[in-house]
Amino acid sequence: MKQFAALFSALDSSTRTNDKIAALVDYFRAAESEDAAWAVWFLTGNRPRQAVPAKKLHQWAADAANMPLWLFEESYDAVGDLAETIALILPPPEAENNLPLHQWISERLLPLRTLEEAEQREVLMGYWRELDRGERFVFNKLITGGFRVGVSALLVQRALSQVSGIDAKMIAHRMTGDWSPTVENYAVLLSPETGAFDVSKPYPFFLAHPIAGEPDSLGPVGDWQAEWKWDGIRGQLIKREGQIFLWSRGEELISEQFPEIIAAAAPLPDCVLDGEVLPAKDGKVLSFNALQKRLGRKNPGKKVLSDTPAIFVAYDLLEVAGEDWRARPLYQRREKLHELLYSIPHRDHADVVLQLSDIVRAPSWATLALARAQSRERGTEGLMLKRRDSAYGVGRAAGKSGGDWWKWKIDPYTLDCVLMYAQRGHGKRASLYTDYTFGVWNREPYGENAEDSSTGAASEAKMGQEPRQLVTFAKAYSGLSDEEIAEVDAFIRKNTLEKFGPVRTVKPEMVFELAFEGIQRSNRHKSGVAVRFPRMARIRRDKKIEEADSLTTVLRMLDNGAT
Amino acid sequence: MALLEHTPRGLYCAAGDFYIDPWRPVERAVITHAHADHARPGHTHYLAAAEGGSVLRTRLGLNASMETLRYGEVRELNGVKLSLHPAGHVLGSAQVRIEHHGEVWVVSGDYKLDFDPTCAPFEPVKCHTFVSESTFGLPIYRWRPHEELFGDVNAWWRSNAEAGRASVVFAYAFGKAQRILMGVDADIGPIVVHGAVEALNRGYRASGVALPETRTVSDLDAKADYGRALVVAPPSAQGTPWLKRFGDYSDAFASGWMAIRGAKKQRNVDQGFVISDHADWSSLHQAIDASGASRVLVTHGQVPVMVRYLRERGFDADALETEFEGEGGSDGDAAISLPDGSRA
Ligand SMILES: [Zn+2]
Ligand SMILES: [Zn+2]
Repeated sequence: MKQFAALFSALDSSTRTNDKIAALVDYFRAAESEDAAWAVWFLTGNRPRQAVPAKKLHQWAADAANMPLWLFEESYDAVGDLAETIALILPPPEAENNLPLHQWISERLLPLRTLEEAEQREVLMGYWRELDRGERFVFNKLITGGFRVGVSALLVQRALSQVSGIDAKMIAHRMTGDWSPTVENYAVLLSPETGAFDVSKPYPFFLAHPIAGEPDSLGPVGDWQAEWKWDGIRGQLIKREGQIFLWSRGEELISEQFPEIIAAAAPLPDCVLDGEVLPAKDGKVLSFNALQKRLGRKNPGKKVLSDTPAIFVAYDLLEVAGEDWRARPLYQRREKLHELLYSIPHRDHADVVLQLSDIVRAPSWATLALARAQSRERGTEGLMLKRRDSAYGVGRAAGKSGGDWWKWKIDPYTLDCVLMYAQRGHGKRASLYTDYTFGVWNREPYGENAEDSSTGAASEAKMGQEPRQLVTFAKAYSGLSDEEIAEVDAFIRKNTLEKFGPVRTVKPEMVFELAFEGIQRSNRHKSGVAVRFPRMARIRRDKKIEEADSLTTVLRMLDNGAT
Repeated sequence: MALLEHTPRGLYCAAGDFYIDPWRPVERAVITHAHADHARPGHTHYLAAAEGGSVLRTRLGLNASMETLRYGEVRELNGVKLSLHPAGHVLGSAQVRIEHHGEVWVVSGDYKLDFDPTCAPFEPVKCHTFVSESTFGLPIYRWRPHEELFGDVNAWWRSNAEAGRASVVFAYAFGKAQRILMGVDADIGPIVVHGAVEALNRGYRASGVALPETRTVSDLDAKADYGRALVVAPPSAQGTPWLKRFGDYSDAFASGWMAIRGAKKQRNVDQGFVISDHADWSSLHQAIDASGASRVLVTHGQVPVMVRYLRERGFDADALETEFEGEGGSDGDAAISLPDGSRA
């Protein structure tokens, strides 16, 4: 524990990458494998579950420090971090403890959750007495489940590479998937021979950055490979030693959820493919919702398989016959990928399920932009741009030229909506009304000058028509600045029509531009549609509520493929 | 009537017709110490501890009318007996003891109980009413012993020196900077100080504090190698071009606030050394207990917390409003104007 706490403090206090790597290298050189395994696990973002409820920790820490609870709360208020507050207020340790990290975890931390409250309190206070301030801080972070440290997995891999002489990419690869902190796994991580590890192991995914502005700055369009950006599940399809595995980007094994993809991969030679899992039927891509349903169901039955079949659109090739291809240029990998997919015996089934990602060819950025403009009709989110000579990197690494993979997404959909209900926020924003429900009109206005507010609802009523109504359409919480939130909050308080529970009905007066990623039909919503990722793009102070959009516009979006 | 009361000009003793650390110009000001929030310019007559006279002059100018007292020496002002006693805060810092018709009050100014080789140690003074600061009046503040603190500073300096990079410590120019100079192991490498620090060093040396040898950048060659140097500069120097000459230096901030991780991160330095010239939580209570006072008036800092806790401990405690600021306010360099006007 001592060494790990010292490592944490070194990583926490330094802002220099080289210092951090040096601290990691020192730690791993000196640490026993049992401890190092746990350290790798924690440092790469894993956290144990909370062992003790925070509320109890407040009281027990106050007791241990022999102070009234209010004084503990004042202290916590000044520090802002529970684990740190406790570490600071506890009296100095009474004993020293040299128990290694892995024993602290397996013999003390993990069993803590299973104890009765009284026993929990007693053992915890005993542990505190044996730890110094730095150790207490780290230990408290572990029991509150809030352990976070300022290093990336990449840095840990680089340090391990320095310690072992094994290539950092190889270590990253060995770490992917369900890596559990055992001595065996740690040994495999640093082992010289490559055959020792699990054949199911995926490679770390290479991730793209969103492109800022226009892509002209990327150089000649001919240096780039453009593909459609699908809204599915990023997946890695692995075939090694005759076994087939499908991993999601979340590094979860999803083979059992998608048996049709596993079956389709059977004729492939040993290889590893990167691609997108998509729900598709009769050559048409279905909504993301359909895919989520599939994701939640292992070993789906016949009905599910025929209602929402899945396909795998392959776009990269990472390994062929046991050989790592990631360092090769993209055009070579693509060529080989093409060859592999087209070499498999031409069965209908495989033909449909395993597809090759289309390359969108264009002689100029301007033509490519035209293609991108068709994204919506095609049910895609825009284009992916990949440098033709780029290697397949790790995570969000920028690549040697400062960016090899970019996503060039289409702009989100926007609609002008009317604020109808408001609810208080959570946490820091609990005192403000920050959660809003928006509505659109149930139909377009009649009459010529419909958009002119003077001929709004009132004049329609005069004309003997049923007046238009606002129907709730979407909720949104994000997108406003603090000042805007304050402004809207003040408006809500002044214009409340009625209150029920935490919710206020607000006089329909404010118009907001909502942005979202897609729309689909939904029976659960009054409006008959549900939107994805709604957020407030801006307050339309220039618009009257009569000018807000209507369901007619929304349905038109649906027909244009906004799913 | 109370022996001291809060007035718009400052803490006023009506019986003796003088103010303690007043914040608006007055006829007679008794000064606890030369930090800017306690010693303001513009008063007609000053009374301060002899040890701090030289530094106080650096701040107020040479023609201020100033009388000094040795620690413990008693001076009568309109029948009020006044004496100054070491507060252990910075060179020349004093607690003010006043006695009238058998009633004794002690105004502690800023104080600490920790070891500090640059000033006389805090001396408990018995009284009925004790006026205490509360800058670090929360149990999260607990200072470590001098040896441990400076063990850390020296280890950091040494490892930087071995790596050939300068070590820059930001510390308030008056008090903290000199405490650091006295605490470090001057054998590790040369010590370079910012002009604002050197101006106060002169006052310290004049008062007999044996600071190690220090240089300013103007003493040195333009191409000097600072690889092994310790650089002591005021916090206001952080982020200024003055630091460019030190190349790829490592930096640290020395302050009691560094006890909190968030505060250290906010400062954006490599190291935070928890070194304060104010009393920590336990020292505050130790000093209050040692005064024997039954009534405690709490000034600048964690006033409501201290008052509530002292009441729970059985004291007759109240808040006393002042315009003092505590560590990180004017407790340092920012407001100190150097006589020669130079800042670097
Ligand atoms: Zn002070
Ligand atoms: Zn002060």
